[in-house]
Amino acid sequence: MKQKRSLLFLAAILCLGYGIMQNEPTSVMRKAITFCLECIGIG
Amino acid sequence: MVKRKIIQWLTTFLYNANLPGFLQGHIYRGPLKSVCVPGLNCYSCPGALGACPLGSLQSSVSGAILHFPFYVLGIILLTGLLFGRLICGWACPFGLVQEVLYKLPTPKVKLHKSFHKLAYLKYIIAIIFLLILPLAFYYANGLGLPAFCKYICPAGTLEAALPLAAVNNDIRNALGNLFFWKLLILCVTVIASIFIYRPFCRFICPLGAIYSLFNKLSLYGVSITEAKCINCHKCIAYCPMNCAQVGDRECIHCAECANVCPTDAIKLGRKF
Repeated sequence: MKQKRSLLFLAAILCLGYGIMQNEPTSVMRKAITFCLECIGIG
Repeated sequence: MVKRKIIQWLTTFLYNANLPGFLQGHIYRGPLKSVCVPGLNCYSCPGALGACPLGSLQSSVSGAILHFPFYVLGIILLTGLLFGRLICGWACPFGLVQEVLYKLPTPKVKLHKSFHKLAYLKYIIAIIFLLILPLAFYYANGLGLPAFCKYICPAGTLEAALPLAAVNNDIRNALGNLFFWKLLILCVTVIASIFIYRPFCRFICPLGAIYSLFNKLSLYGVSITEAKCINCHKCIAYCPMNCAQVGDRECIHCAECANVCPTDAIKLGRKF
Protein backbone atom coordinates (compact mmCIF):
# COMPACT_ATOMS: atom_id res chain seq x y z
CA MET A 1 0.00 0.00 0.00
CA LYS A 2 2.79 2.40 1.00
CA GLN A 3 4.72 1.56 -2.15
CA LYS A 4 1.63 2.04 -4.31
CA ARG A 5 0.97 5.43 -2.69
CA SER A 6 4.57 6.55 -3.17
CA LEU A 7 4.51 5.52 -6.82
CA LEU A 8 1.26 7.38 -7.41
CA PHE A 9 2.66 10.46 -5.66
CA LEU A 10 5.66 10.31 -7.93
CA ALA A 11 3.42 9.91 -10.98
CA ALA A 12 1.31 12.89 -9.88
CA ILE A 13 4.38 15.11 -9.40
CA LEU A 14 5.82 14.00 -12.75
CA CYS A 15 2.51 14.64 -14.53
CA LEU A 16 2.23 18.06 -12.92
CA GLY A 17 5.82 18.98 -13.71
CA TYR A 18 5.65 17.76 -17.29
CA GLY A 19 2.35 19.58 -17.78
CA ILE A 20 3.86 22.82 -16.50
CA MET A 21 6.87 22.34 -18.79
CA GLN A 22 4.47 21.91 -21.72
CA ASN A 23 2.85 25.22 -20.78
CA GLU A 24 -0.47 23.54 -20.04
CA PRO A 25 -1.44 26.03 -17.29
CA THR A 26 -1.72 28.62 -20.07
CA SER A 27 -4.17 26.41 -21.97
CA VAL A 28 -6.18 25.89 -18.79
CA MET A 29 -6.22 29.63 -18.22
CA ARG A 30 -7.15 30.39 -21.82
CA LYS A 31 -10.20 28.16 -21.46
CA ALA A 32 -11.08 29.41 -17.97
CA ILE A 33 -11.03 33.13 -18.81
CA THR A 34 -13.53 32.84 -21.62
CA PHE A 35 -17.22 32.17 -21.08
CA CYS A 36 -17.76 28.42 -21.24
CA LEU A 37 -20.76 28.27 -23.55
CA GLU A 38 -21.32 24.59 -22.76
CA CYS A 39 -21.38 25.25 -19.01
CA ILE A 40 -23.85 28.10 -19.44
CA GLY A 41 -25.99 26.06 -21.81
CA ILE A 42 -25.59 28.06 -25.00
CA GLY A 43 -23.22 26.12 -27.19
CA MET B 1 -19.94 19.58 12.95
CA VAL B 2 -19.48 23.35 13.08
CA LYS B 3 -15.83 23.33 12.00
CA ARG B 4 -16.70 21.53 8.76
CA LYS B 5 -19.52 23.97 8.00
CA ILE B 6 -17.17 26.93 8.50
CA ILE B 7 -14.57 25.39 6.18
CA GLN B 8 -17.22 24.60 3.56
CA TRP B 9 -18.48 28.19 3.55
CA LEU B 10 -14.93 29.56 3.59
CA THR B 11 -13.81 27.47 0.62
CA THR B 12 -16.98 28.37 -1.28
CA PHE B 13 -16.20 32.04 -0.68
CA LEU B 14 -12.51 31.63 -1.54
CA TYR B 15 -13.31 29.82 -4.80
CA ASN B 16 -15.77 32.60 -5.71
CA ALA B 17 -14.28 35.73 -4.20
CA ASN B 18 -14.54 37.83 -7.36
CA LEU B 19 -17.73 39.42 -6.04
CA PRO B 20 -17.90 42.36 -8.49
CA GLY B 21 -18.28 39.77 -11.27
CA PHE B 22 -21.77 38.91 -10.01
CA LEU B 23 -22.90 42.52 -10.43
CA GLN B 24 -21.15 43.15 -13.73
CA GLY B 25 -21.94 39.81 -15.39
CA HIS B 26 -18.27 39.22 -16.24
CA ILE B 27 -15.83 36.51 -15.20
CA TYR B 28 -12.43 36.91 -13.56
CA ARG B 29 -9.59 36.85 -16.11
CA GLY B 30 -6.51 36.89 -13.88
CA PRO B 31 -3.59 34.45 -13.56
CA LEU B 32 -5.24 32.38 -10.80
CA LYS B 33 -7.44 30.90 -13.49
CA SER B 34 -4.52 28.74 -14.56
CA VAL B 35 -4.87 26.74 -11.34
CA CYS B 36 -7.65 24.19 -10.77
CA VAL B 37 -9.55 24.36 -7.51
CA PRO B 38 -9.97 20.93 -5.87
CA GLY B 39 -13.79 20.92 -5.75
CA LEU B 40 -16.50 21.18 -8.39
CA ASN B 41 -16.81 24.91 -9.11
CA CYS B 42 -17.64 26.23 -12.57
CA TYR B 43 -14.96 28.50 -14.03
CA SER B 44 -17.60 30.53 -15.78
CA CYS B 45 -19.12 31.49 -12.45
CA PRO B 46 -18.72 35.30 -12.29
CA GLY B 47 -17.07 34.92 -8.90
CA ALA B 48 -14.72 32.04 -9.73
CA LEU B 49 -11.04 32.76 -9.15
CA GLY B 50 -9.75 29.35 -10.23
CA ALA B 51 -10.45 26.79 -12.92
CA CYS B 52 -12.84 23.84 -12.62
CA PRO B 53 -10.89 20.54 -12.63
CA LEU B 54 -13.57 18.72 -14.62
CA GLY B 55 -13.97 21.54 -17.12
CA SER B 56 -10.20 21.78 -17.56
CA LEU B 57 -9.92 18.02 -17.97
CA GLN B 58 -12.55 18.03 -20.69
CA SER B 59 -11.15 21.10 -22.43
CA SER B 60 -7.99 19.13 -23.22
CA VAL B 61 -10.06 16.64 -25.19
CA SER B 62 -12.33 19.25 -26.74
CA GLY B 63 -11.48 21.72 -29.46
CA ALA B 64 -9.43 21.12 -32.57
CA ILE B 65 -6.25 19.78 -30.98
CA LEU B 66 -6.24 16.68 -28.80
CA HIS B 67 -3.64 16.51 -26.07
CA PHE B 68 -3.09 14.45 -22.94
CA PRO B 69 -3.93 16.61 -19.88
CA PHE B 70 -0.77 16.02 -17.82
CA TYR B 71 -1.13 19.18 -15.74
CA VAL B 72 -4.81 18.78 -14.82
CA LEU B 73 -4.45 15.04 -14.20
CA GLY B 74 -1.42 15.77 -12.03
CA ILE B 75 -3.46 18.21 -9.93
CA ILE B 76 -6.40 15.78 -9.61
CA LEU B 77 -4.09 12.85 -8.81
CA LEU B 78 -2.19 14.83 -6.19
CA THR B 79 -5.38 16.14 -4.60
CA GLY B 80 -6.84 12.63 -4.58
CA LEU B 81 -3.74 11.13 -2.99
CA LEU B 82 -3.62 13.79 -0.31
CA PHE B 83 -7.30 14.10 0.52
CA GLY B 84 -9.48 11.62 -1.43
CA ARG B 85 -13.13 12.48 -0.99
CA LEU B 86 -12.34 14.73 1.95
CA ILE B 87 -12.56 17.40 -0.75
CA CYS B 88 -16.23 16.43 -1.35
CA GLY B 89 -17.06 16.70 2.32
CA TRP B 90 -15.10 19.81 3.19
CA ALA B 91 -14.22 21.83 0.09
CA CYS B 92 -16.89 21.43 -2.58
CA PRO B 93 -19.32 24.33 -3.07
CA PHE B 94 -21.86 22.17 -4.88
CA GLY B 95 -21.74 19.66 -2.02
CA LEU B 96 -22.45 22.51 0.38
CA VAL B 97 -25.46 23.60 -1.70
CA GLN B 98 -26.91 20.09 -1.45
CA GLU B 99 -26.30 19.94 2.29
CA VAL B 100 -28.03 23.28 2.82
CA LEU B 101 -31.04 22.04 0.84
CA TYR B 102 -31.12 18.84 2.90
CA LYS B 103 -31.43 20.97 6.04
CA LEU B 104 -34.91 22.07 4.95
CA PRO B 105 -37.39 20.59 7.42
CA THR B 106 -39.11 17.96 5.26
CA PRO B 107 -39.47 14.19 5.58
CA LYS B 108 -36.23 12.53 4.42
CA VAL B 109 -35.86 9.53 2.17
CA LYS B 110 -33.90 6.67 3.68
CA LEU B 111 -32.52 4.89 0.64
CA HIS B 112 -33.04 1.15 0.42
CA LYS B 113 -29.85 -0.90 0.08
CA SER B 114 -30.65 -1.63 -3.55
CA PHE B 115 -30.16 2.08 -4.30
CA HIS B 116 -26.59 1.87 -3.08
CA LYS B 117 -25.70 0.16 -6.35
CA LEU B 118 -26.69 3.39 -8.09
CA ALA B 119 -23.44 4.81 -6.73
CA TYR B 120 -21.72 2.98 -9.61
CA LEU B 121 -23.58 5.30 -11.99
CA LYS B 122 -21.05 8.07 -11.33
CA TYR B 123 -18.23 5.88 -12.65
CA ILE B 124 -20.21 5.13 -15.80
CA ILE B 125 -20.97 8.84 -16.24
CA ALA B 126 -17.30 9.68 -15.73
CA ILE B 127 -16.17 7.22 -18.40
CA ILE B 128 -18.89 8.14 -20.91
CA PHE B 129 -18.98 11.92 -20.46
CA LEU B 130 -15.34 12.67 -19.67
CA LEU B 131 -13.74 10.22 -22.04
CA ILE B 132 -15.87 8.39 -24.60
CA LEU B 133 -18.16 11.20 -25.78
CA PRO B 134 -15.47 13.91 -26.07
CA LEU B 135 -13.23 11.52 -28.01
CA ALA B 136 -16.12 10.24 -30.15
CA PHE B 137 -17.02 13.81 -31.12
CA TYR B 138 -13.37 14.56 -31.82
CA TYR B 139 -12.93 11.61 -34.17
CA ALA B 140 -16.33 12.17 -35.80
CA ASN B 141 -16.19 15.95 -36.30
CA GLY B 142 -12.58 16.94 -35.72
CA LEU B 143 -13.76 18.89 -32.69
CA GLY B 144 -13.98 17.46 -29.18
CA LEU B 145 -16.80 18.29 -26.81
CA PRO B 146 -16.90 18.88 -23.03
CA ALA B 147 -19.89 16.54 -22.79
CA PHE B 148 -20.34 16.58 -19.01
CA CYS B 149 -20.28 20.39 -18.84
CA LYS B 150 -22.62 20.63 -21.81
CA TYR B 151 -25.26 18.04 -21.04
CA ILE B 152 -25.20 17.39 -17.30
CA CYS B 153 -23.30 19.70 -14.96
CA PRO B 154 -25.89 21.42 -12.72
CA ALA B 155 -23.09 23.37 -11.01
CA GLY B 156 -22.51 25.23 -14.28
CA THR B 157 -26.19 26.13 -14.50
CA LEU B 158 -26.35 27.27 -10.89
CA GLU B 159 -23.03 29.06 -10.63
CA ALA B 160 -22.56 30.36 -14.17
CA ALA B 161 -25.71 30.36 -16.30
CA LEU B 162 -28.17 31.78 -13.76
CA PRO B 163 -26.02 34.61 -12.32
CA LEU B 164 -24.70 35.59 -15.75
CA ALA B 165 -28.13 35.52 -17.38
CA ALA B 166 -29.51 37.63 -14.56
CA VAL B 167 -27.26 40.60 -15.34
CA ASN B 168 -25.91 40.03 -18.86
CA ASN B 169 -28.43 40.73 -21.66
CA ASP B 170 -26.34 39.10 -24.40
CA ILE B 171 -26.14 35.84 -22.50
CA ARG B 172 -29.81 35.95 -21.53
CA ASN B 173 -30.84 36.44 -25.16
CA ALA B 174 -28.65 33.55 -26.32
CA LEU B 175 -30.18 30.95 -24.01
CA GLY B 176 -32.03 28.15 -25.76
CA ASN B 177 -33.14 24.55 -25.42
CA LEU B 178 -29.81 23.36 -24.05
CA PHE B 179 -30.09 25.81 -21.17
CA PHE B 180 -33.61 24.62 -20.36
CA TRP B 181 -32.42 21.00 -20.41
CA LYS B 182 -29.66 21.90 -17.96
CA LEU B 183 -32.11 23.91 -15.87
CA LEU B 184 -34.30 20.81 -15.67
CA ILE B 185 -31.32 18.78 -14.41
CA LEU B 186 -30.59 21.47 -11.83
CA CYS B 187 -34.23 21.47 -10.67
CA VAL B 188 -34.23 17.68 -10.31
CA THR B 189 -30.96 17.89 -8.36
CA VAL B 190 -32.33 20.62 -6.09
CA ILE B 191 -35.57 18.73 -5.38
CA ALA B 192 -33.72 15.45 -4.82
CA SER B 193 -31.28 17.19 -2.46
CA ILE B 194 -34.14 18.30 -0.22
CA PHE B 195 -35.10 14.68 0.43
CA ILE B 196 -31.88 12.72 -0.14
CA TYR B 197 -28.48 13.57 1.35
CA ARG B 198 -26.15 14.72 -1.46
CA PRO B 199 -27.73 12.82 -4.38
CA PHE B 200 -25.49 14.44 -7.00
CA CYS B 201 -22.32 13.48 -5.10
CA ARG B 202 -23.54 9.92 -4.61
CA PHE B 203 -24.82 9.07 -8.04
CA ILE B 204 -23.58 11.56 -10.65
CA CYS B 205 -20.40 13.50 -9.84
CA PRO B 206 -17.43 12.31 -11.94
CA LEU B 207 -15.01 14.27 -9.74
CA GLY B 208 -16.28 12.39 -6.69
CA ALA B 209 -15.91 9.19 -8.70
CA ILE B 210 -12.26 9.99 -9.44
CA TYR B 211 -11.47 11.03 -5.86
CA SER B 212 -13.23 7.92 -4.51
CA LEU B 213 -10.59 5.76 -6.19
CA PHE B 214 -8.01 7.32 -3.84
CA ASN B 215 -10.14 7.22 -0.69
CA LYS B 216 -8.29 4.32 0.90
CA LEU B 217 -4.87 5.59 -0.19
CA SER B 218 -5.33 9.23 0.74
CA LEU B 219 -3.01 10.71 3.35
CA TYR B 220 -5.77 12.58 5.20
CA GLY B 221 -9.27 11.45 6.14
CA VAL B 222 -11.15 9.45 8.73
CA SER B 223 -9.62 6.28 10.09
CA ILE B 224 -10.48 3.72 12.74
CA THR B 225 -8.17 2.69 15.56
CA GLU B 226 -8.86 -1.05 15.41
CA ALA B 227 -7.80 -1.61 19.02
CA LYS B 228 -10.54 0.73 20.25
CA CYS B 229 -13.31 -0.44 17.89
CA ILE B 230 -15.97 -2.65 19.54
CA ASN B 231 -17.83 -3.33 16.26
CA CYS B 232 -21.03 -1.70 17.49
CA HIS B 233 -21.60 -0.36 13.93
CA LYS B 234 -23.08 2.89 15.24
CA CYS B 235 -20.85 4.74 12.77
CA ILE B 236 -22.39 2.88 9.83
CA ALA B 237 -25.93 3.32 11.12
CA TYR B 238 -25.38 7.06 11.52
CA CYS B 239 -23.48 7.72 8.27
CA PRO B 240 -25.36 10.31 6.17
CA MET B 241 -23.79 8.88 3.00
CA ASN B 242 -24.90 5.34 3.94
CA CYS B 243 -21.34 4.03 3.70
CA ALA B 244 -20.84 0.31 4.18
CA GLN B 245 -17.57 0.97 5.98
CA VAL B 246 -15.82 4.02 7.44
CA GLY B 247 -13.48 5.43 4.79
CA ASP B 248 -14.85 3.38 1.88
CA ARG B 249 -15.34 4.82 -1.61
CA GLU B 250 -18.57 6.58 -0.70
CA CYS B 251 -17.14 8.15 2.46
CA ILE B 252 -16.71 11.93 2.17
CA HIS B 253 -14.76 12.07 5.45
CA CYS B 254 -17.32 14.37 7.04
CA ALA B 255 -16.40 12.71 10.36
CA GLU B 256 -20.01 12.84 11.62
CA CYS B 257 -19.47 9.20 12.64
CA ALA B 258 -16.70 10.25 15.02
CA ASN B 259 -19.33 12.05 17.11
CA VAL B 260 -21.38 8.89 17.69
CA CYS B 261 -18.52 6.48 18.27
CA PRO B 262 -18.78 5.38 21.93
CA THR B 263 -15.09 4.50 22.19
CA ASP B 264 -13.56 7.41 20.25
CA ALA B 265 -12.13 4.93 17.77
CA ILE B 266 -12.69 7.19 14.75
CA LYS B 267 -10.44 10.12 14.11
CA LEU B 268 -10.06 12.63 11.33
CA GLY B 269 -6.54 13.58 10.36
CA ARG B 270 -3.43 12.03 8.93
CA LYS B 271 -4.12 8.35 8.32
CA PHE B 272 -0.61 7.01 7.79
